Amino acid sequence: MAEEVAKPEDLAQVDYRPPAKDWRDPAVEFRKGVFCYSAAPKHLQYLGLPNPRPWHPSDADWKLPADWKRIILEGMKERLDRFRSFRLFMDICVRCGACADKCHFYIGSGDPKNMPVMRAELMRSVYRRYFTPAGRILGPLAGGRELTEDVIKEWFYYFYQCTECRRCSVFCPFGIDTAEVTMMGRELLNLVGCNINWILEPVANCQRTGNHLGIQPHAFKDAIDFLVDELAEITGVRVEAPINRKGAEILYVIPSAETFGTPHYYTLLGTLLLFHAIGLDYTLSAYASEGGNFGLFTSHEMMKRLNAKIYAEARRLGVKWILGGECGHMWRVVHQYMDTMNGPADFLEEPVSPVTGTRFPHARSTKMVHICEFTADLIHNGRLRLDPRRNDHWVATFHDSCNPARSMGLIEEPRFILRSVCRRFHEMPENTIKERTFCCGSGAGLGTDENFEMRMRGGFPRANAVKHVRDRFGVNLVACVCAIDKATLPPLLEYWVPGMHVAGVHELLGNALVVEGENERSTDLRGEPTGAAGASAGPQPEGARE
Amino acid sequence: MNALGSLLLVLLLAGLGFAGGQVAGLRPLFGVVVPYAAFVIFLLGVSHRVVLWARAPVPFRIPTTCGQQRSLSWIKPSRLENPSSTLGVVGRMALEVGLFRSLFRNTRTELREGPRLGYGEAKLLWVAALAFHWAFLLVILRHLRFFLEPVPAVVAALASVDSFFEIGTPGLYATDIVLAGALGYLLLRRLLSPQARYLSLFGDYFALFLLLGLAASGILMRYAVRIDTVAVKQLALGLVTLSPVVPGEVGPLFFSHLFLLSVLGAYCPFSKLMHMGGVFLSPTRNLANTSRMKRHVNPWNYPVDVHTYAQWEDAFRDKLKAAGLPLEKE
Ligand code: HEM
Ligand code: SF4
Ligand code: SF4
Repeated sequence: MAEEVAKPEDLAQVDYRPPAKDWRDPAVEFRKGVFCYSAAPKHLQYLGLPNPRPWHPSDADWKLPADWKRIILEGMKERLDRFRSFRLFMDICVRCGACADKCHFYIGSGDPKNMPVMRAELMRSVYRRYFTPAGRILGPLAGGRELTEDVIKEWFYYFYQCTECRRCSVFCPFGIDTAEVTMMGRELLNLVGCNINWILEPVANCQRTGNHLGIQPHAFKDAIDFLVDELAEITGVRVEAPINRKGAEILYVIPSAETFGTPHYYTLLGTLLLFHAIGLDYTLSAYASEGGNFGLFTSHEMMKRLNAKIYAEARRLGVKWILGGECGHMWRVVHQYMDTMNGPADFLEEPVSPVTGTRFPHARSTKMVHICEFTADLIHNGRLRLDPRRNDHWVATFHDSCNPARSMGLIEEPRFILRSVCRRFHEMPENTIKERTFCCGSGAGLGTDENFEMRMRGGFPRANAVKHVRDRFGVNLVACVCAIDKATLPPLLEYWVPGMHVAGVHELLGNALVVEGENERSTDLRGEPTGAAGASAGPQPEGARE
Repeated sequence: MNALGSLLLVLLLAGLGFAGGQVAGLRPLFGVVVPYAAFVIFLLGVSHRVVLWARAPVPFRIPTTCGQQRSLSWIKPSRLENPSSTLGVVGRMALEVGLFRSLFRNTRTELREGPRLGYGEAKLLWVAALAFHWAFLLVILRHLRFFLEPVPAVVAALASVDSFFEIGTPGLYATDIVLAGALGYLLLRRLLSPQARYLSLFGDYFALFLLLGLAASGILMRYAVRIDTVAVKQLALGLVTLSPVVPGEVGPLFFSHLFLLSVLGAYCPFSKLMHMGGVFLSPTRNLANTSRMKRHVNPWNYPVDVHTYAQWEDAFRDKLKAAGLPLEKE
């Protein structure tokens, strides 16, 4: 596929002039490389979703159900009555355009319908036509638009060209969150069977096996055993990694990619080494073997279905509280939805660090703590022996993942850890980090190969900021706390800023962590020479740290 | 097209008011019936919309967090950008409503050679929007002198501060200049920026022209076409005391002004102007980020089909056994 892709120089020639054509014309062209393929019917069948059939977005006939229009309009009505956010965001946009050039897809594609305001207008125009008096009577004059099959296709195109990153909502004077509109749009599309395989296959896998990758329990165990062996080889320390162990104090939930994916895997190595070093009484679960939740990208109902197993497993295993790994959208679900959907977690206890005795009152109700919160507390209390020189081959920057940044505010915890374990750390420009961070361009289920061009376009602002710190400070590593980032930043950076590496925060922690009984460490967790050996990578060891 | 159409419509409406004011028989219609009708539509319409919003539940606590969360005691939380208390939320909302905090973040993304993306300052939209809203508010407050007798001291003081810069006679109001200037900028922006033009609807221009027309007719009455303010006050007081009178000597331009105002009021509930109420209800802004601290209840939370542990164990029993993983049932 790579040879068909445009060169970075060409992709960077973005034309921001909107076409003369009125935006109300819904026709879109499904050009190879900028859209995701439809979901295989077997996944819809397994999940009990409507209208399973073979079809393809570039087909003329999408084989919608006969009464698709009624289904969509009733679905809209139901959601307008259930979500104040949806109704309000349909009503109050003043079309000031402040959100327009804040979306990475607009910046990277120049397609005016990728301006968040326009993405939402695609839905709003239908809302006005069918649900407001002015639109019903005056139609187009009041900004109304007929709901046609072409509109459904247009919705599909643009609602699967939004990574639900919420950057637009930071800049909107009313906090209008186009991600919320996209979520509603995808729910509606799902009602008539218009969904994508890159989302529904993981969802079906997750429902069946407990994780997106479809790893069955024995394979899960094999992967963990393999990992323990490898960790022993690198460090000389053999850690325990219990699975489905009843009576443990803490259930540790990870994004399943950490068991197989690269570089996710090194994050899990680092984390398990940490747990060993502090003697944590914990267990993994092969049933709740996925914290990530592609249900979030499907519907609220699907999100709830997949999320339910975390509390169920915590209850079954009799743990006291739950710790969660490095994963962006998982934390959107855990932080903003889990307790409401599947709580109350009254069978658990308020989280307390068994090592430092620190309480986590901010997680009092949900009873789930982010691994970065947990580790930052350990370091702050001086409970870890760290040798940051072992990361001297890295000059790191930190990419804030959308969800922890904008739906939680996990900003300083990972930075504190990074600064403690890595001597050379440089921030990317202000406008591209923290609450203003740019998406990797492949979130919300869009990280598939067939969508490569659009992913490169969407990830352009992020990559461009990385390039800036590479050129300026010699940064060679992007650290992050998100499994999707770990999967999608490497190809993105390979495309725009070749030679960059991507790592989880706990991988770097694992490198620096001094563990009792370990070997002299000559390599990092990747098996590459550490410290002084690779230290020539960056031009200036200390200097502007922020 | 949208811009031209809405301009013509506003001119037509202004003309209609003007004409109505000149025909003695129609004056009660334009001076009393239309304003009352508009006021009723405004009140009922706006309350209806607000009730629709208020009736829709907020199933999840989904604030957009724009700063550090409150977590560990030694990490400084961002109390206003990511509030974790009611006080913080009140502060955040006050900043949004009073100072348009989020709009203040605005930047302009520029793609330069390299390729290099730059994020330049773009505060003009914020300046103009804020200037327009505050000026509009002050102008409305100043108008209270027509509706209240005796004129409250604050209103009188406001007027004198407003005409502090003694330019010409009668003293030019600073708010008038700001209001017209800001509206002019907002309009030009829509017309000149290709992106803004692309996304602007008929209603966007209509609201701006309506406001401009309202402001223009008001300014004209004060500085150019003198009208009888005593008569205007008579009419205004009559309206508020529910004993309407239409004095003969109010100039026709006043009827344009009043008619445009009536149209604006009646148009409000059917348009984006509802943002004035909506901003207070926005769940991404008016909720504290206490999602893990306090349980948020969804009133329509319904049971869903879950693949339970028991089903999972049944499905993978042999594999679990072979891998030596513990089982609930042998
Ligand atoms: C409370 C927070 C408010 C915020 C953040 C806000 C923000 C905005 C913004 C950003 C615009 C768009 C300007 C443009 O580009 O065209 C606008 C327009 C407007 N606002 Fe507000 N507004 C608020 C409250 C109000 C209130 C209380 C009123 C009361 C009358 C009001 C009346 C208007 C009107 C009449 C316009 C029309 C200008 C246009 O249509 O472009 N706003 N507002
Ligand atoms: S910033 Fe908000 S109000 Fe302005 S156009 Fe975007 S969504 Fe609409
Ligand atoms: S949520 Fe993100 S991807 Fe979606 S419209 Fe907003 S800025 Fe663009």
